[in-house]
Amino acid sequence: MRIPYLYGDLSRDALAALEGAGISRRDFIRRGPGALIVAFAGFGAQAPVSPGGSAAQRVGLDGAGAGALDSWIAIHADGSVTAYTGKCEMGHGLYTAQKQLISEELCVPFERVHLIQCDTALTPDQGTTSGAQSHPANFNRSNLALAGATAREALLDRAARRLGESVDRLEAKDGVVRVKGNPSRALTYGELIGDKTFGIPLHRDANRKHPREWSVLGKPVPRVEIPAMATGTFEYVHNVRVPGMLHGQVVRPPAVGAVLTGVEEGSVLGMPGLVKVVVRKNFVGVVAEKPWQALQAARRLKVRWKPAEALPRQATFYQHLRDQKPTRDTLTVDSKDVDQKLAAAARVVRATYHYPYQMHGSIASSCAVADVRENSATLWSATQAVYPMRSTAAMILGLEPRDVRVIYRMGAGCYGLNGADTVTYDAALLSQAAGHPVRVQLTRKDEMAWENFGVAFVIDQRAGLDADGTILAWDHESWSPTRGSRPGAGTPGNVVTGFLAGFDPAPFSARTPAPDPAAYANRSNAVPSYVTGCVRGRCEGTGTVAAQRVLTHSVPSPFWTGPLRSPQRLQNTFAHESFIDEIAALVKADPVQYRLRHLKDPRLIEVVKEAARAANWETRPSPRPGGRRSGTASGRGVSCVLYEGDNGYCAMVAEVEVRQETGVVAVKRLVIASDCGPISNPDGLRNQLEGGALHGLSRSLYEEVTWDAEKITSIDWRTYRPIFLSDQVPLIETVLINRTEGPAMGAGETAVTVAAAAVANAVFDATGARLREVPFTPERVQAALAVRA
Amino acid sequence: MAVFNLKVNGKSYSVDADPATPLLFVLSDDLGLRGPKFGCGLAQCGSCTVILDGRAVRSCILPVRGASGSDITTLEGLGTPEQPHPIQRAFIEEQAVQCGFCINGIILTAKALLDRNPKATDSQIREGMSGVLCRCGANQRILRAILRYRKEVTA
Repeated sequence: MRIPYLYGDLSRDALAALEGAGISRRDFIRRGPGALIVAFAGFGAQAPVSPGGSAAQRVGLDGAGAGALDSWIAIHADGSVTAYTGKCEMGHGLYTAQKQLISEELCVPFERVHLIQCDTALTPDQGTTSGAQSHPANFNRSNLALAGATAREALLDRAARRLGESVDRLEAKDGVVRVKGNPSRALTYGELIGDKTFGIPLHRDANRKHPREWSVLGKPVPRVEIPAMATGTFEYVHNVRVPGMLHGQVVRPPAVGAVLTGVEEGSVLGMPGLVKVVVRKNFVGVVAEKPWQALQAARRLKVRWKPAEALPRQATFYQHLRDQKPTRDTLTVDSKDVDQKLAAAARVVRATYHYPYQMHGSIASSCAVADVRENSATLWSATQAVYPMRSTAAMILGLEPRDVRVIYRMGAGCYGLNGADTVTYDAALLSQAAGHPVRVQLTRKDEMAWENFGVAFVIDQRAGLDADGTILAWDHESWSPTRGSRPGAGTPGNVVTGFLAGFDPAPFSARTPAPDPAAYANRSNAVPSYVTGCVRGRCEGTGTVAAQRVLTHSVPSPFWTGPLRSPQRLQNTFAHESFIDEIAALVKADPVQYRLRHLKDPRLIEVVKEAARAANWETRPSPRPGGRRSGTASGRGVSCVLYEGDNGYCAMVAEVEVRQETGVVAVKRLVIASDCGPISNPDGLRNQLEGGALHGLSRSLYEEVTWDAEKITSIDWRTYRPIFLSDQVPLIETVLINRTEGPAMGAGETAVTVAAAAVANAVFDATGARLREVPFTPERVQAALAVRA
Repeated sequence: MAVFNLKVNGKSYSVDADPATPLLFVLSDDLGLRGPKFGCGLAQCGSCTVILDGRAVRSCILPVRGASGSDITTLEGLGTPEQPHPIQRAFIEEQAVQCGFCINGIILTAKALLDRNPKATDSQIREGMSGVLCRCGANQRILRAILRYRKEVTA
């Protein structure tokens, strides 16, 4: 019997019959091959049902009801466990860590846990997997972690009743509950509940196991996908194959803002394998039997566009950002006395920093498969947000969200909003028009030219110092552009395909002047680590400087923008950690000591000290004394952050060599100290710190989106240069602080945040030349060398 | 369209394709192989690498007519999750993977290089990996895995 994957495979009567019997869609789908039998008596439908579903409890359709334990955990008669999560694996080790979590909390062997992730038919709605939020969401006292603890306690309760013992005389281990001291009195989980539902909510007061008891969590368990990835058997979204699947390609506008005026279908008439030309408002695509045929047809199709206005010139873009009106202004902190303090300061220091648009630049262009029927659709997508995707895809297709199923499959590392959502809409549109399943993988150019870039920034910093050289006021003002972002649940026009198909992006909503801040929140790391972060009497910053103001101006962007790993946080941290370093140099203080002088958060202080210690930091001011002005100079720099104000502590020391004749910077060593709470998997954490550091390095040294009067010109790996495997990379050492008494925090975006400033500070230490614009190309380094004091 | 005889991972296949079709599409779409992958289609990233008559080639720009009659090895042809090839085992043991998409290009390029020159120096290995990209930053582990394999083959 063919296993249905679409609700559309069942008649509406059959669906209603299932639901009327209390069998959720998830129960129906997850039972899998071999477990589906029998015509459903009483309703005359040919709907298979799951056996043993006698007490099948409705867990709520489509993942709703995530307060129910059964939304998260199912235990089978054979003692195996199925867990469901809405936070998905993107190459960062989260799937394995979540398996470890369930194995630990439920006291079952790791191999016995089967984890299902991110499928709108099966898993709870956990929004988007992004922003270092997976550990805070699933590894603390809610959601998946709480489900594991609740289930363990529920099993102990059941065992207590059946064995006639109190719970404290019982212990759970390896999927069995035994009486302490009398292990032959035992019940397996299969005996206790197998294949039945718990029928209880998550228990708020359920006890997590303490990290000191961990035997699975906290260990460097190898990632479960790696054997399949290393042997070419892993199924990425790029490998999804559906019977009858065709291939699509898109035709994007030749210039930003160009509008479609005509499509000559005759230009591709008779091309081999061509099935359909699809046009919807400004969206154009083709569908063919084979991928090569689709590419050929897309290239040959004659499409006419009305050009748009010229783009702002790249050479003067930072000034353009400053000049734009209207703006949307935000004050994150304002002690209202910054101008006074600056006027009274013994010395005022100023600097301006520039950061370009950068792209996600995933190694694979994005891919999706869509099977759209008349009344339903199934989408295989690498979206980070399966439920929001379900809503917006439904909008695009004119379907109800409940009739759309989004199934997550890994793409290449995305680093935020790459083309994954865009291509899912592309595939959906083409499949709907063609009446067949359609696979789309974007060309490299389409992926790069139209993705939602990480934003450019102009950042002005001012600080007032007292006679001692201590900072007594800090003033920060920045400009950055915005257009679109994640589509969320209602804005498909936030990415290019939704926009081309006729949906608007989120409107730009001007606001000047900025309102007073209501509560402290440092989500963008716009507030430097060195100020008190006081708003309305509550101080939640990590520093000691009391006079502070942080004002940000958001302006419209000519290009699509969206979250790119450490969004805004990286750009702001580059400016803050460079500026504190500039001030330290002016007052002739050691950079580490100078930071510590203005920090009060003990965990931030500790990571700074740990990184310095591990790097054998030599205490002295920058630049290195006795440095020559020609030849190769070496130096060290430091940088630190509390990611988004409350989610991961990290400090980095960079050691560089600068070839002063050419301006080439070689980063020789990075030492990273990390404190993200209790560590789920130390090897996974190391992998993320190393990867984040190199990602940050690539962006600091090489990456910058470029454009001409009409279009993006960064369209391949020559025009957008990354670190290649042949490039020298630094030795990377990590110091992991395992903070077992504290909440689990994110880690994947910490190292990337501090890399640019650590390198810039090291270049200054080596040469006395200050880099204030990313990327640190040889030309920019040489220009900085030329103007050093 | 024309018929091409391809020898892939020791088996023979007969494929009907436009002669200009890049070998990559024939391998992944017609033959359903998961090893070689489309990253850029421009031979800039290495994701599509296969070993053809002992050399690492970028299958995204090699027309299928150019591969006819050659011995082609893809990543899945080297070993399985249960019985990985030693070079694959090195990557598993070093956990030298993040998203894993680049690993095909890396393993096959490194293997072809070391097959031809098992005594390749660290710097020759790095040179040989120019044109292969890892965007997740697993570089340090990747190089460690390759060197670990080199140690095995020279032992």
